[in-house]
Amino acid sequence: MSPRDKLPVVQDAPSPAEAAAETEWSRRRFLQAGAATAALAAASGCKPSSVVEELTRRNFKELKPDDLQALLKRLEKKYSEEYGKTVTVSANPPMPGVNFGYGLDLSRCIGCRRCVYACVKENNQSRKHPQIQWIRVLQMEKEHGVDLAHATPYYDPELVPEPGHFYMPTQCQQCRHPPCTKVCPVKATWKEPDGIVVIDYDWCIGCRCCTAACPYGARKFNWADPELPAAEMNPVTAYLGNRPRPKGVVEKCTFCIQRSRVGRYPACVEICPVGARKFGNLLDPASEIRQVMERKRVFVFKQELATEPQFYYFYAT
Amino acid sequence: MGIVDFLKGAARQVTTGGKVYKLWVAVLIAMIAVGLTGYAKQWRVGLIATNMRDQVTWAFYVGNFTFLVGVAAAAVLLVVPAYVYHWKPIKEVVVLGELLAISALTMCLTFILVDMGRPDRLTHIIPGLGSPNWPSSLLSWDALVLNAYLVVNLSVAVHILYRAYRGEPYAKAFVVPVVLLSVPMAVGIHTVTAFLYNGMAARPYWNASILAPRFLASAFCSGPAVMIILFQILRKTTGLEIKDEAIWKVAELMAYAMFFNLFLLGAELFKEYYSRTEHLVYTEYLWSGIGDKRALVPYAWFAFFASLVAFVIFLVPRTRRNWLTLNLGAVLIFAGVYIEKGMGLVIPGMTPDTLGEIYEYRPTPNEWMVAIGVFGLGGLVFTTLVKIAVPIMQGTFRAPGAPAPEGDSAFAAH
Amino acid sequence: MRFPGRMGTLTAIWALASPLAGLAADAAHGAAKGPSEASLEAPAGPLDIQAERPPFTEGIFPCSQCHDHPGDPKPRQLAFHEEIQASLHHGPPTRWCLDCHDNAKRDFVHLISGELVPFTESYRLCGQCHGDKYRDWRVGVHGKRTGMWNGAKTYFLCVNCHNPHSPRFKPLKPLPPPVRPQDQGFTSTPLPPAKQEKAP
Repeated sequence: MSPRDKLPVVQDAPSPAEAAAETEWSRRRFLQAGAATAALAAASGCKPSSVVEELTRRNFKELKPDDLQALLKRLEKKYSEEYGKTVTVSANPPMPGVNFGYGLDLSRCIGCRRCVYACVKENNQSRKHPQIQWIRVLQMEKEHGVDLAHATPYYDPELVPEPGHFYMPTQCQQCRHPPCTKVCPVKATWKEPDGIVVIDYDWCIGCRCCTAACPYGARKFNWADPELPAAEMNPVTAYLGNRPRPKGVVEKCTFCIQRSRVGRYPACVEICPVGARKFGNLLDPASEIRQVMERKRVFVFKQELATEPQFYYFYAT
Repeated sequence: MGIVDFLKGAARQVTTGGKVYKLWVAVLIAMIAVGLTGYAKQWRVGLIATNMRDQVTWAFYVGNFTFLVGVAAAAVLLVVPAYVYHWKPIKEVVVLGELLAISALTMCLTFILVDMGRPDRLTHIIPGLGSPNWPSSLLSWDALVLNAYLVVNLSVAVHILYRAYRGEPYAKAFVVPVVLLSVPMAVGIHTVTAFLYNGMAARPYWNASILAPRFLASAFCSGPAVMIILFQILRKTTGLEIKDEAIWKVAELMAYAMFFNLFLLGAELFKEYYSRTEHLVYTEYLWSGIGDKRALVPYAWFAFFASLVAFVIFLVPRTRRNWLTLNLGAVLIFAGVYIEKGMGLVIPGMTPDTLGEIYEYRPTPNEWMVAIGVFGLGGLVFTTLVKIAVPIMQGTFRAPGAPAPEGDSAFAAH
Repeated sequence: MRFPGRMGTLTAIWALASPLAGLAADAAHGAAKGPSEASLEAPAGPLDIQAERPPFTEGIFPCSQCHDHPGDPKPRQLAFHEEIQASLHHGPPTRWCLDCHDNAKRDFVHLISGELVPFTESYRLCGQCHGDKYRDWRVGVHGKRTGMWNGAKTYFLCVNCHNPHSPRFKPLKPLPPPVRPQDQGFTSTPLPPAKQEKAP
C-alpha cells in the first residue's frame, strides 16, 4: 500500500450534520439578544470626538500606515465597547501571488441555504430591518434551465431539493471588470490585487450607484441602523470585510476577506454540506479551483456583459 | 454700499405683496415644513423610511431629480431663439428661464441629498476634500456639470439683474458668451444624467443608445410647459409684459420636441417588441404588466395619451393659440413627461431586478412628505427670485439715484 | 504552520494527484501483505493534511471484539445489524454486506482483489466503482474540505458525507427564505400580500 494514499485521521472533528445543526436559525435567541442590544444602543450617545474624526477621515487607500493602525485601534475600542466583547479589526494586505477564484457546483447544490446563514453569522450582517444576506439562492426549474424569469429565492418547501428544480446561489462575483467600481462617485469601492472587490464603509456616501450597476444583485444597502445582536457578533473582523457597518452604506460578499487573507476558506465553503463550493488561488495550478477549471467545464453568470467574474459555475456531474 | 442696499431692497420686495402672494408663500413654507418633518424621520431611522429596497434601489427621489434636470436644461430652449436668432419677444424672458433653471437645479441637488444614505459625507465627492472618481463615474461628472450650470445661470442672472437695478447696461462681453455656453451645458447636464443610466449594462432597459436623445426630447417638453404657465401668471399678477408670440413660439418648439420624443418612443417599442429578446420583460412590465404585477400600466398609458394629445394641441396653430387648450396642453405635457421620467424610466429599469424578481414599489407617505418639501423649497427659491427680478425688469425696483429705464426694456446691453 | 503553506499543499496534492501511479503502487505492494493491525491512529504523513474520522456508531469499532472468526458468507437475513441491512441501498438489489466487508478480518473492508483496506482508507474501496468521483475527490473537486486553502486542511472521507449503506443524500429541510422587500421595513407596506412564489 502506498503511503501516499494514507491520510492521517483527525480526532473529534464535527460531522457535517453537527455543523449544519449549529447554524440553525433561532428566532427566540435573536429576539432576546436584540432587545438587550437595543437597550444598550439607546443608552450610549454620540461623542463629539467621533464627529471630528469622521470629518477629517481620508479614503482608506490614502491612509498612511501609522494612521491606519491608529484607526484600527480606535475601531477595535469602539466595537469592543459597543458589543461587550474583545473585537479585533485587521487590515491584512493581499498575499502576493494570489488571485482568488471561486467554484460553485450547480449539480450538487440542494438549496439548503446553510451557506446563507453561515455567511450572515461570519460577516455580521444586519438580522432585520433590513435583513441583509450576501448570498441569495435561486430556485430554478429544470425545464427552463438557468432562466431568471423562472427563478425565485423565496422557495420554502418542507425538503430540498424539490423535484424538477435545481439551485443557483448568487453572491458577489468579484468581477475583473466590475461595473460597481466604475460608477462609484467617491472611490469607496475598488478591486484589490488578490481579486476581491472591497468597500470602505467609512467612505461610502450611500448613493447606491453601485447597487444599480451590479448585474448580479450582489450589493446590499443598510437601509437603517443594522440590527446585530451582541451575542451573535463575530468579533474577528477586517476593516474591508466583516466589521460592523453603519447605517446608510453598501456592503457585499468579500470572499470572507478576514479569513481568506490569512489562508482560511470562506465560511460558505466550509459549511456547505454537499461540497458544492470550491475556493482557492487561481494562480496555483494545483488549487481546487484550477482543478475544477481543468477537469470540468465552467461558465460565468451573464457572460455577455463581459464583467469576467472570478466566480465560476460548473456542473461536476 | 450698493450691494447692501440691493439686499435690503430685495428683502423688502420679497416680504411685501398682496394677499394672494402672501398665501402662496405661506403654502410654500408649509410645504417645506412638511418636508423637514418627513426628512427628520428619514434622518433618524434611515432610508428604510422609504419603500426603496435592494430590488428597487432608486425610485421617487431619483425620478424627481431626473425630471427636474430636464426642467433645468429646458431654460436653454429660450436662450437659443433669444440670443442666437435675436428674437426680441423672447429676450425679455430669458432671465426668467434662468431663474427657473436655478430653482430646478436647487431641487435637483436637494433630491440627491435626501436620497443619499450618508449626506454627512457629501465632502467625499469634492476634489481636495474627498476623492471623486473622475473620469469614470458619471455621478461625479453630474455633480460637476450640475453645479457648473448652476453657477453659470446664477452669475448671468445676477449680473443682468443687478446691472438693471443700478440702471446700468450689462456687460455683453461677459453675458453673451456665457449664455451661449449655457446652451451646450444644458445639453450636457441632461446628457450626463442620461449617461448615468445609460452606462449600466446591468439594466438593459436603460442600456439603450436611445436614452440620451429621449432625455433631451422630453426635457424640452417639460421645462417650457412650466414657463408657459408661469408667464401667464406673471403677466396677470405683476403686469410684466410678455408678448403672446413669445408664448406661442415656445409652445410651437415644444410640439417639435414632443414629436421627436414620440418618435423615439416608437423606435424603442419597435426594437423591444419585434426582436423579443429577454429584455422585452421591462417594457412589457411597464405597458402591459407581468402576471398580476401591473402597478405601472395605467400610468404608462395615461402618460402616453397625455403626451399625444398635448402634441396635437401644440402642433395645430388654432389650439396652440387658444389659451384654454394651450394651458390644458401644458398641464398634460407636464404630467406626461413627469410620469414618463419617474415611473416610465426609473422603475421599469429596475423591475424586474437583476435576478428576475419583481418588487412593486410605491412611495411611502414619508417620501411624499420629503418630496413636497423639496418642491416647496424650489417654489420658494423661484418665487423669491422672481419677486426680485420682475420689479427690476419693470423698472420699479431700482438703486437709489439710478436713472429711469429707457424704452421698453429694463435690460440694455453694453 | 510547520510547513510553508503552499509547499505543504503542493506536496499533499502531488501525493494524491497521481491516481494511476498510486493504484499501480497498490497493486505492486498490496497483494504481497496487508496491514497487520487495525487502527484508528494517525499514520505518518504530512501533518497539515488530515482526513476526518470515519463516523462510527459509538462502541461499534473494533468489529473484531465480536467477530473473532469468519462467518457464513451466504447472503441471508441477519439477526444483528439488521437495521443496516434493511436500509442497505447501494447498487443492485443483490448487494450484500460481504461485498465490501471482509469476512475473515471484520476490522477491514476489502477491494475486488481481496486486498484489505482499513476504514480510515475506505475511499480506496469507493474509488473502485466510483473512479471519476475518486479522482475528483483527490484534488478537491469533489467532496468537502475545511481549514486553510493554502495550508493545513481537513479532507472529509467519502463516508463522512455519504452513508456507505445508503449513500444517496437525503433531502434536507431548508433554512428560512429571505424576507421579502415589502416586509423589510418597520411596518409592512400596503402592497398586495406576497403569494407563494410560483413561476409563471
